Amino acid sequence: MKTNRRTFIGTASAAAMFPGAAAFGQKKYDDGASDTEIKIGNTNPYSGPASSYGAIGKTIDTYWKVVNAAGGINGRKITFISLDDGYSPPKTVEVVRQLVEQDKIFALFQSLGTPCNTAIHKYMNQKKVPQLYVATGASKWGNPKEFPWTMGFQPDYHTEGVIYGKHALATVKDAKIAVLMQNDDFGRDYYDGFKLGLGKEASRIVKTVTYEVTDPTVDSQVIQLKDSGANVFFNICAPKAAAQAIRKAADIAWKPHQYVVNVSASVAAVMKPAGYENAQGVITAAYLKDATDHQWDNDDEMKAWRAWMDKNMPSANKADANHIYGYAVSTLMHETLKRCGNELTRANLMKQASSIQKLRVPLLLPGIFVNTSPTDFYPIQAVQLQRFKGETWDLFGEVMHAESS
Amino acid sequence: MEQFLEQIASGLANGAIYACVALALVMIYVSTDHLNFAQGEMAMFSTYISWQLMNWGLNFWVAFVLAVLVSFVLGVIIERAILRPLHNAPVLSVVVVFIGLLAICNSVAGAIWSYLIKEYPSPFPKSTFGFAGVIGPHQLGVVLVTLVVLALLFLFFRYTPLGLAMRAAAQNPQMARLVGVRVDWMLALGWGLAAAIGAVAGIMVAHIVYLDPNMMSGILLYAFAAALVGGIGNPGGAVVGGFIVGVLENMVAYVGNMIEKTTGVYIIGNGEKLTVALIIVIFVLTVKPAGLFGRVVVKRV
Amino acid sequence: MPAFPKKWLWVVLVVAFGWPLLAPVFPDLVSNYRLFLVSTMIIAAIAVLGLNLLTGFNGQISLGHGAFYAVGAYTAAILMDKLNVPYYATLPAAAVVCFVVGYLFGQPALKLEGHYLALATFALALAVPQILKYKWLEDLTGGVQGIVLMKPEVPFNLPLNEDQWLYYYCLVTMVVLFWAANNMLNSRSGRAMMAIRDHYMAADTMGINTARYKTVTFGISAAYTGIAGALSASAIAFVAPDSFNIFLSIKFLIGLVVGGVGSLVGSVVGGIFYVLVDNSAQAISTFIKNDLGLQFDLSAYTIFGLLLIILMYLMPQGIVGGVYLLFRRLRRS
Repeated sequence: MKTNRRTFIGTASAAAMFPGAAAFGQKKYDDGASDTEIKIGNTNPYSGPASSYGAIGKTIDTYWKVVNAAGGINGRKITFISLDDGYSPPKTVEVVRQLVEQDKIFALFQSLGTPCNTAIHKYMNQKKVPQLYVATGASKWGNPKEFPWTMGFQPDYHTEGVIYGKHALATVKDAKIAVLMQNDDFGRDYYDGFKLGLGKEASRIVKTVTYEVTDPTVDSQVIQLKDSGANVFFNICAPKAAAQAIRKAADIAWKPHQYVVNVSASVAAVMKPAGYENAQGVITAAYLKDATDHQWDNDDEMKAWRAWMDKNMPSANKADANHIYGYAVSTLMHETLKRCGNELTRANLMKQASSIQKLRVPLLLPGIFVNTSPTDFYPIQAVQLQRFKGETWDLFGEVMHAESS
Repeated sequence: MEQFLEQIASGLANGAIYACVALALVMIYVSTDHLNFAQGEMAMFSTYISWQLMNWGLNFWVAFVLAVLVSFVLGVIIERAILRPLHNAPVLSVVVVFIGLLAICNSVAGAIWSYLIKEYPSPFPKSTFGFAGVIGPHQLGVVLVTLVVLALLFLFFRYTPLGLAMRAAAQNPQMARLVGVRVDWMLALGWGLAAAIGAVAGIMVAHIVYLDPNMMSGILLYAFAAALVGGIGNPGGAVVGGFIVGVLENMVAYVGNMIEKTTGVYIIGNGEKLTVALIIVIFVLTVKPAGLFGRVVVKRV
Repeated sequence: MPAFPKKWLWVVLVVAFGWPLLAPVFPDLVSNYRLFLVSTMIIAAIAVLGLNLLTGFNGQISLGHGAFYAVGAYTAAILMDKLNVPYYATLPAAAVVCFVVGYLFGQPALKLEGHYLALATFALALAVPQILKYKWLEDLTGGVQGIVLMKPEVPFNLPLNEDQWLYYYCLVTMVVLFWAANNMLNSRSGRAMMAIRDHYMAADTMGINTARYKTVTFGISAAYTGIAGALSASAIAFVAPDSFNIFLSIKFLIGLVVGGVGSLVGSVVGGIFYVLVDNSAQAISTFIKNDLGLQFDLSAYTIFGLLLIILMYLMPQGIVGGVYLLFRRLRRS
């Protein structure tokens, strides 16, 4: 236990020294924090069709258990209450009200899903309870003027879409673009960003088709895309459909330049099922290391994470990127809470969360840091493009920053 | 024109999936008079069993046979343990039990094997053979296996004493009991058979849609529609129904596309293809209430 | 099933209306959260009642009442968002819209029975979220993003907070709707509805216009569920296609069966169960994991499934039917 903690938190705590030291003054508490504990709330879909995301909640839960066993944060234990909302916004409202009003949590952390977070957005800001590092890639979470109590975490889909758009224009001559998107806000965000990235050339999109989560296959859609004569294929799908689309395109001998969104960049869950031979040359943008990508096999952070998983979640499937995600975001929350020192007020938590400078969070790609400011509520905004080659991703180009303007 | 053919072929390929699952639905209906909402999840679970066996190093067909046998036994056990005590309960209560089963199968599979999608091998030889690049060897194999299962079922129900006894038990339990049929065991056998067919369906489908605990959630509705359009008590009708639903759905998207291409106005597209296909199915059912191939049962009052 | 004793009804009503007034005395017992939770139960109870009118009293099965709930919610949301209609005026509007939709849907449903009707309604439940995302309706429905709304404001400077007002708003609506349903069921029309359920052929022969009764019942049933949807739009202050997936319809059905098919009280029990089942499944799951220390991860979803099966095993007639049987058995012995 001890060695693990040292490897992971050691780097982070060194960076924390300065802002942390100042905060170790008078003890001040809001609801949910005391001398002995900090109550953190969370919602996750543990049941229903989106239950695969439940792995994130379980990883976070384990993370806090490990932290508690090692003495907690500044001597306080984390009480982590994670409730199931089944990815249904009305249920999210109900359980979040329970967390805030009944359990009196200090802050809500990593509540998952765009519609679910939208449903509680106003409420959290009215109650002035932090809705921190939400687990969605929508771009609306970084709006400190109107919603000073809400902050995102991952690079937003919109920005990522812009990057693909620009890259496609710059690298493909006479681009004719076909888009396959999931028919929900996830697909819509990427699509809007992509169009923005194309700018005046948006008419290069010759065909856009959608699919529903309930569609067993996307074969019919891919056939329509091929028929449009496009030479660029932008794949905005969840893992299963993304893999089907890549395989299908190869099956019907359609060979466009392919972009797949970060959500579906897992080697084990997308590229392998799609068939390595079909996935050659596919481009995506990444910010986290992929546990199923062999290039990280000897990476220290990855090795430490594997050891942590083996020890604390032995039955979990390490190929599941949700475990990496849950782990990385937990270390960021850990660091933020630590910086609050003894002033555990909600206002201070938001203040600490919005003044992070160049913080290295384990498992982020090299060269990517967490940066926030009172006007920048987008913690991670850098990504790097990578191309699929052989059986792994091949990073290329610079780390691209798209800090909010 | 090329797209038209490809869409038809892709619709047939999808139709094979629906047909397979619809067959399992019909099986339970014929032998127990219920529509099992947990059928898809049970098939998914069986597929995981075969995946696990292959993971332990067994050959595809050995794992296939074992998984089908295990599923048969599990089906019998579910009937005896869970449904037997409820044989006098109202239909809706049984439906709720099916939903409970669905939740359990889904979550337990997720807990054991995780929600990560897994690729599933195809038992059929890889070849460049194919029609319009869509119906490959696997799709043909699925159709073939579905037809073989259908033929076996037909022979079983038509010519074996056990098959006849099962039909009798489902259609008129009291009469059947009087002539010496062990009705309760016939029901259990029906469940076993349906679970076994479900396993076959799951294993055939998994290569196409990948293996994950939610793999059947979308398919079940199509299978449901397929079974009804063909006439719920008719296995052959279910298979034809599967192909009809598969092609119909693609055609809706295709026609929508053509309209947009020629007139420039978006009317229907992929977002609406399922809805429109279902509306057509329901319309057909209002005209032919017993399905396309079902017999109209005359009720005595 | 026996009618609910009158004197107990008054006790329940007095408790229901008086309970929130105890807030100053027992602030923990009568928290805003609890009021909100009970409000969601009331909303669910109205939705389940709508389904019960159709399935329990008229014998037509529906796996798609989530669709009417969605139509009601969106009717209310669009009226409030686009036309600035006050929230209380959205209830009758939702009722009318849903009645029309339900009535029209009842026409083809006449030709369908049992499993076929189940498929048709199931398809409806799947279709509605897709229609909400339909390209030409996007401006109205907000497409995939949904519509964010305001919570109902307390009128006339009443000394109530938002949650207390919402609670009374829902409660009064429920009492009125249940009273109306009870009157209808005890009238000539109600008896006709049930006659159709119990013996279609006989009802037809006796001169009941079965087709009209069935379609009108479909409309009324949809209107009830639609009103519940409109209430929920106000209570949650947000509507999105994701709120109305197929599980919603299935959970109404579960509420109906677990509460009691063909029983008004059963609808209330079903509404309570609808809300509590998730919370209790989660509590049991955490209890098993943390306090019993079981290694295997028994998720809330598994417990949910087990709970359903055990409940049906113990009380195949639903909770109301089960409790009634229990009482009769106790009295006899």
